[in-house]
Amino acid sequence: MSAVSAAPAPAPAPAPAAAPVRARRARWYRQPTLMAGLVLLAIILFMCYGAPLLTTFNPDTQNLLQPLLGVGQGGHLLGTDQEGRDTFARLLYGGQVDLRVAVIAVIFPFILGTILGSLAGYFGGWVDAIIMRIIDIVVAFPFFVLVIALVFVLGTGEKSIYIAITAVGWVSYARITRGEITVAKRQEYVLAAQSGGLSSLRIIGRHLLPNVVTQSIVYAMSDIVQDILAIVTLSYLGLGIQPPTPDWGTMISAGQNFLTTQWQLTTIPGLAVVITGLALSLVGDGLADLLRTGTS
Amino acid sequence: MSELASESISTARPLQLEVSDLRVQIAGHQGVVRPIDGVSLEIAPGEAVGLVGESGSGKSMTLKSILGLLPPDAKVTSGSVVFDGTDLTRLSPSRLNKVRGRRIAMIFQEPMSALNPVMRVGNQIAEGPRVHLGLSRAQSVARAVDLMRRVGIPEPERRFRAYPHEFSGGMRQRVMIAMALSCDPELILCDEPTTALDVTIQDQILRLLAQLCHESGTSLMFVTHDLPVVAQVCHKVAVMYAGRIVERGTVSEVFSQPLHPYTLDLLRSAPDVDHPGQSLVPIPGMPPSLVSPPSGCRFHPRCQFAEDDCKVSDPPLRLLEGDRATACLHFERCLDQIGTN
Repeated sequence: MSAVSAAPAPAPAPAPAAAPVRARRARWYRQPTLMAGLVLLAIILFMCYGAPLLTTFNPDTQNLLQPLLGVGQGGHLLGTDQEGRDTFARLLYGGQVDLRVAVIAVIFPFILGTILGSLAGYFGGWVDAIIMRIIDIVVAFPFFVLVIALVFVLGTGEKSIYIAITAVGWVSYARITRGEITVAKRQEYVLAAQSGGLSSLRIIGRHLLPNVVTQSIVYAMSDIVQDILAIVTLSYLGLGIQPPTPDWGTMISAGQNFLTTQWQLTTIPGLAVVITGLALSLVGDGLADLLRTGTS
Repeated sequence: MSELASESISTARPLQLEVSDLRVQIAGHQGVVRPIDGVSLEIAPGEAVGLVGESGSGKSMTLKSILGLLPPDAKVTSGSVVFDGTDLTRLSPSRLNKVRGRRIAMIFQEPMSALNPVMRVGNQIAEGPRVHLGLSRAQSVARAVDLMRRVGIPEPERRFRAYPHEFSGGMRQRVMIAMALSCDPELILCDEPTTALDVTIQDQILRLLAQLCHESGTSLMFVTHDLPVVAQVCHKVAVMYAGRIVERGTVSEVFSQPLHPYTLDLLRSAPDVDHPGQSLVPIPGMPPSLVSPPSGCRFHPRCQFAEDDCKVSDPPLRLLEGDRATACLHFERCLDQIGTN
């Protein structure tokens, strides 16, 4: 629990009642990494989901009379692509798709990994042995190779991305949760819960997971970055989001034919990936720092 | 002695819990350890029994083995724990869970670590009644608030939503007591519940526990190394040494006329308010290794009365008159010793 709020319990001085709250709030604001990440992420989210406010162009409307316009030409802020579609509009609407898929693609492995990891950690023995061997097998393959292979087998589309990333990504959450539960289950409150006649599933769900889930949440932040990269990569390879739906990966891959003349077609969506990754990484790191000082 | 201990308990009543010849072993790195080596104990309804001994004597382990809460590497090799006609050591986990918390509750030594740090205390108290008594959320909350009031937590409606770190040590132990009482159990097992508290709080908690158990007719099994605590709370006492019970009897008998040299030494090594200024006599030596316990009587290397036969023959717990029992071959010497003092 929080070290700061643990100290004054019966309040000897007049101030302490408000002190822990103020301390926590100050710490929250004073975390520059977290704040920078949150501000950046807020801007990105506003731009993507507030796209209709920022551009009047439809991302799918072709204008074959005005292909490959440069930056600022013909009223297009970032020019147009080879089919005359507005690059800026496609960038914003594409961000919506990528962010949505990345967030959903983090939730499923998070849930699956946390469940399997806590079962392995709590019960140990053969349950642990089986789950850990499966993890070893999955980990033996490089992440991208396995995801790409799975999507290739399952067929393109959003659903395949979710299945592939879940099948590969759960192992990290399972390992984190297993480790945390293995330590936490030796705590006396677990023995106390057992002595109270609570079922194993109740002890895991109600007593252990709330104590250990923060580590997985911190990891999920950096995992979203990896998922965005995976989705963009898949789309770049033509296995992910299918045209005409705008997406950063397809934009990069379509634009690379015109790299020498219209460099912005690949560079701008590439930069968008980098900045979004940076924002999420900052949030993840800041959150980790905040929780590290908050616990212990 | 205490208000509770002065009450006479008839021995004819049916037993509520009977531990017979319980043996537990742990396969460790240095060999097989037998932390409990043939322990027999009984508790009648409404009775409070103390289990005393040094650290590592197996008293805590005995308590945990009653509810099947032994660490994974320890296992019961023989003996039985019969509660209300069923042997708890042979129950399936799901049937054992219907006894744990519901009919036999447990209070732990360290109330900070025994409470879940991220769960509101009220919810921790309300959880047992919800699981075992099938109460609705509202009913269990009302019950928890009522229990918090009964154990003397001020402003229970407000404190319901507090977390354990917002409570002092004494208040946390009150929460533990409320949790233990939450399903009206027939027996409460206490594992040194006041050791982590300072003396004034300790006294409050003991009084509260004794009073609440007395009101509801709950039996109590009390593990401690603190003899005055036993005198305050318990009717009967069993003294453990190196995984065995060496002496048993009512608190007044055992404390005034110990019939085992270990009990005698224990009493002399603890301060006595009635005889201030009396010097304390430490017990020489160390508790024996449980990997290779001494031959014969396990206490003989530290015993002031040890004879040659103590090194050879392993004395069983012999029943004397009433409930009195001792495992000493030469227990008369203890009486002589008291006579000379």
